[in-house]
Amino acid sequence: MINFHFQLNRQKRADIVLISLENAGVRRSDKWLVRGVTMQIEPGEIVTMIGPNGSGKSTTAKIALGIIKADEGVTYQKEDLSVGYVPQKLDVNWTLPLSVNRFLRLTNAASKEQMQQALLATETLHLANSQMSKLSGGEFQRVLLARAIIRNPELLVLDEPVQGIDFNGEIALYKLIDDIRDRLGCGILLISHDLHMVMSTTDRVLCLNGHVCCSGTPATVASSKEFKSLFGHHAASSLAFYEHKHDHEHQLDGKIKSAT
Amino acid sequence: MLDDFFTRALIGGVGVALVAGPIGCFIIWRRLAYFGDTLSHSALLGIALALLLEINITLTVFLISVLVSFLLLLLQRRATLSSDALLGLLAHSTLALGLVVLAFLTWVRVDLMGFLFGDILAVTAYDLATIWGGGIIALAVLSFIWNSLFAITVNYDLATAEGIKPEIINMIFTVIVAAVIAVSMKLVGVLLITALLIMPAATARRFSTSPEWMAVIAAVVGSVSVLIGLNGSLKWDTPAGPSIVVAALLCFIVSLLPLPNLIEMKKRGFTRIANLLVKAKENDEAS
Repeated sequence: MINFHFQLNRQKRADIVLISLENAGVRRSDKWLVRGVTMQIEPGEIVTMIGPNGSGKSTTAKIALGIIKADEGVTYQKEDLSVGYVPQKLDVNWTLPLSVNRFLRLTNAASKEQMQQALLATETLHLANSQMSKLSGGEFQRVLLARAIIRNPELLVLDEPVQGIDFNGEIALYKLIDDIRDRLGCGILLISHDLHMVMSTTDRVLCLNGHVCCSGTPATVASSKEFKSLFGHHAASSLAFYEHKHDHEHQLDGKIKSAT
Repeated sequence: MLDDFFTRALIGGVGVALVAGPIGCFIIWRRLAYFGDTLSHSALLGIALALLLEINITLTVFLISVLVSFLLLLLQRRATLSSDALLGLLAHSTLALGLVVLAFLTWVRVDLMGFLFGDILAVTAYDLATIWGGGIIALAVLSFIWNSLFAITVNYDLATAEGIKPEIINMIFTVIVAAVIAVSMKLVGVLLITALLIMPAATARRFSTSPEWMAVIAAVVGSVSVLIGLNGSLKWDTPAGPSIVVAALLCFIVSLLPLPNLIEMKKRGFTRIANLLVKAKENDEAS
């Protein structure tokens, strides 16, 4: 399905750290939004951050990206790191005439071919000339993703990329993200509210609740006491069902893919 | 040709409109209307200080506007008041200060109405040079930062994450706005500059499918408003600024009429055909 003509050599990028935080924290007036976060992302790995609302997931991502300065701790970003970012909220109001094509070129120049590839990869090619303000929630998220991968980033940061996408679309999107990682060899920081959906593709999980509750491989985190107390036993025990067998495949928009 | 005051006003007005259109788009997109208002209100303080110290009015207005906008940034970081309250505070205190200082200048004969509502008789050949010179520089700088500024406008976090330096770009933008206010003040008057920024851009929105087109159309709409307004001002002996704004209002009302939107219809028709093609292909594959 995807055919990036800018395929990269994954080996070449190994043993580089893209981004790292050490004991990082951010304070607003007297309250710490997050504190004591230590993490790092290497090329080719998917790190997932989970945690309840207001646990500082987005804030942590913003510290890592340099959008917010840490009030405490050490942050590192590889020199000239190219980033693709899908923010949690992006509001394109009516006053802004912005087509999908123009949006794809927001922070960098892109050739027609690059734009087509990115739209093709996210199955949004038919939306190329649509106005951003007229897209549905799911279409919007996929276009955001298309824009983020168009510049062939070394690091992809996705803040709740599956909002407004139904269950099967979600599975397809996570598959696509996994695909992108394999093709581009980029590091991915994924923010999600449910662990079981992302478990199969994730290398490491960071469970946040104002601080790092627990971290490690998905299996370790899922069985840890902290995770259970944060999300309840129900969530932990339901982790298995993400692996259920599908007898048919879905496209990103939820339509059933026809057998070829 | 430049001997005729009306020709001078026209050339100056169109020069102002060409810059105000694109800048106005950003004012609308970024919801900065009240910010523009504040800067233009502070222009009166600039005028008063210039008359007091007997220095160049345009330059002083420009400097005061820049000063006020930086003061605003500082206050936004420090103070606990909300942005709109701070803007109101700055707008009206600078306006009031300007009026008070002017009242003390008993030895200067001041045409206050001219400053508040614009005066086409006051546009000199020297002003034209300032308008066009300043305007060309402003547009050149704007086109240089256009992509970055637009990216910040769409999403600040995204632009920052992907390597754009928002502080510098925002500062440059603020200085451009201050410059536009300084050069357009004589013609439209302190109280109505924001209208010249916002109304052509609002009119242009309906006919645009890309930000770049909206900027161009806004510049054209602004120029047309200046032409109509100044002619009306000459004919009915009305003040220049309000006449131009009324003309801009007429343009805006026309844009609201249910005329078929050619550009958008074309685009829509095209997408519909594209969608049909995609569907047909899917059906083919399925069968």
